[in-house]
Amino acid sequence: MNALRRLFFLAVGLFLALPLIVVAGVSVNQRQSLTFPPQGFSLSWYGQIFTNPEWRNALIASLTLAASSALLALLIALPLAWFLWRRVAPWANIFQLLGVAPFTLPPVITALGLLTFWATTGFYGQSWTAVVSHGIFFVTLPLVTLSLGFSAIDRSLVEAAATMGADDRTVFRTVVLPLILPYLVSGYAFAFVLSLNEYIVAYMTVGFTMETLPIKIFNALRYGYTPTMASVTVLFLLVAAVVFGLVARFGDLPKLLGAMSEEK
Amino acid sequence: MRREPPQRLADYGPLFFPAGMLTLFFVVPFATMIAVSFFQRQQGGFYTPDFVFDNYARFLSLFFGKVLGFSLFLAIAVAIACVVLGIPFTYLLARSKRRIQVIWLVALLCILSLSEVMIGFAWSTLFSRTAGLTNLLVWLGLVSQPQALTPSFGAVMTAMTYQAFPYTVLVIYPALVRLDPTLTEAARTLGASPIKAFFTVVVPALRNTILATLIMVFIFALGSYLLPQLLGRPQHWTLSVLITDQAVYQSNMPFAAAMAVFLVLVSLALVGLALYAGRQKEAK
Repeated sequence: MNALRRLFFLAVGLFLALPLIVVAGVSVNQRQSLTFPPQGFSLSWYGQIFTNPEWRNALIASLTLAASSALLALLIALPLAWFLWRRVAPWANIFQLLGVAPFTLPPVITALGLLTFWATTGFYGQSWTAVVSHGIFFVTLPLVTLSLGFSAIDRSLVEAAATMGADDRTVFRTVVLPLILPYLVSGYAFAFVLSLNEYIVAYMTVGFTMETLPIKIFNALRYGYTPTMASVTVLFLLVAAVVFGLVARFGDLPKLLGAMSEEK
Repeated sequence: MRREPPQRLADYGPLFFPAGMLTLFFVVPFATMIAVSFFQRQQGGFYTPDFVFDNYARFLSLFFGKVLGFSLFLAIAVAIACVVLGIPFTYLLARSKRRIQVIWLVALLCILSLSEVMIGFAWSTLFSRTAGLTNLLVWLGLVSQPQALTPSFGAVMTAMTYQAFPYTVLVIYPALVRLDPTLTEAARTLGASPIKAFFTVVVPALRNTILATLIMVFIFALGSYLLPQLLGRPQHWTLSVLITDQAVYQSNMPFAAAMAVFLVLVSLALVGLALYAGRQKEAK
């Protein structure tokens, strides 16, 4: 049984890893050819991301967009999650639902809604519209992690602080904020990584005026193959692995994803 | 500090920014899209406010019916493949050591967050003639010539299963990790084999979770727009691809909006139907 289980895990692991192994392989080809196993070894395609102005601009655009839209998502999610935790207001749950909806529906719907909206209001193509669009699209992630964080707070702690005369503001700063900080960080991290990789919303809102890395790869794919696509893919995988690895290292990843907390 | 209803207007303060943002940039765009779906299209990519059903009437064509049928079929096939593969996998994962769970979860999150463009590119490389899987078969002596496996239905299906698999696992994970282990232990003590215990105890106990997961993955797969384009032939295009195509390349916003509204309705209707079916079963 144990051997069977190992075999099953191995098979799934192979299925998940195989395309990435081949991509990692072609990314170190010496010449601009799509061959595997790679012929020769060169890291020049990784250098291309930073030295070629087109790829570098796309990288900067992607990082800026991800960093600012994840911040916006957090700024929307934090007061909402706090309000839902602090107050009894069942009708306010509608905003929770609105926060989760963009992520649950097929993304092309949110993308098209935002496209018609920006086109109608006349802001279509301006780079800040992508930040707002991604901020709304990914608000689900900090909202979910924060709701989890708030529900984990022991209310007697907060009550103790209030009995000693602390007002809402002081309680939030001294008790609540330190307790939800890990959830705040992981919510930001999830939104950041997903925004970095997002294609359709970015494409439909600013695709004609700005290139993020996923847009750049898609546009480049139409003109054939360059190994830089492979190196960018590997780079993005590494970024995701580092970010999620850190979340797992400093937080409780299984709990964040729905398991009970670790038995000590 | 007990939870209490807001009393003064100032108590609503924290809600203003989130509610305002979500209304202005999600509800209003959604309404705009619905409005545009009734607009009249003009030549050259423009459209004028109107109230016509022309855009919806275009659904009544054989072409559209085929695309819709194929989209639904593909999404169902992907959902079934993912659930069949994902449930035993997640079941075993939930029973592994915490450390092993964390490693798998990090890996799954990495793939889940990977851009659809990159997944499409990775699979097109793996299915290519020069760097692909068939080279391995040539090396093993199974085939004589390497060949490209794209574009094909199999390629679209494989890549979409790949994309949706991590999502499936993360959707089922909370239910399976909280499943009472004494349930299967009891079955094992009574003499059931592990596989029999899985099918007679775990699967029935999770019937509703499985149904809910099928729906979630189905909607997730309906949203795939790049993989059918990158790995399939035009007959493998889905509704999502068609919407993007109409909106961006054909500049027919009203028709794209009408299709998007239709896609929302289809998704919601199927969710409602499945939830209803689940409740019926439970009542019995």
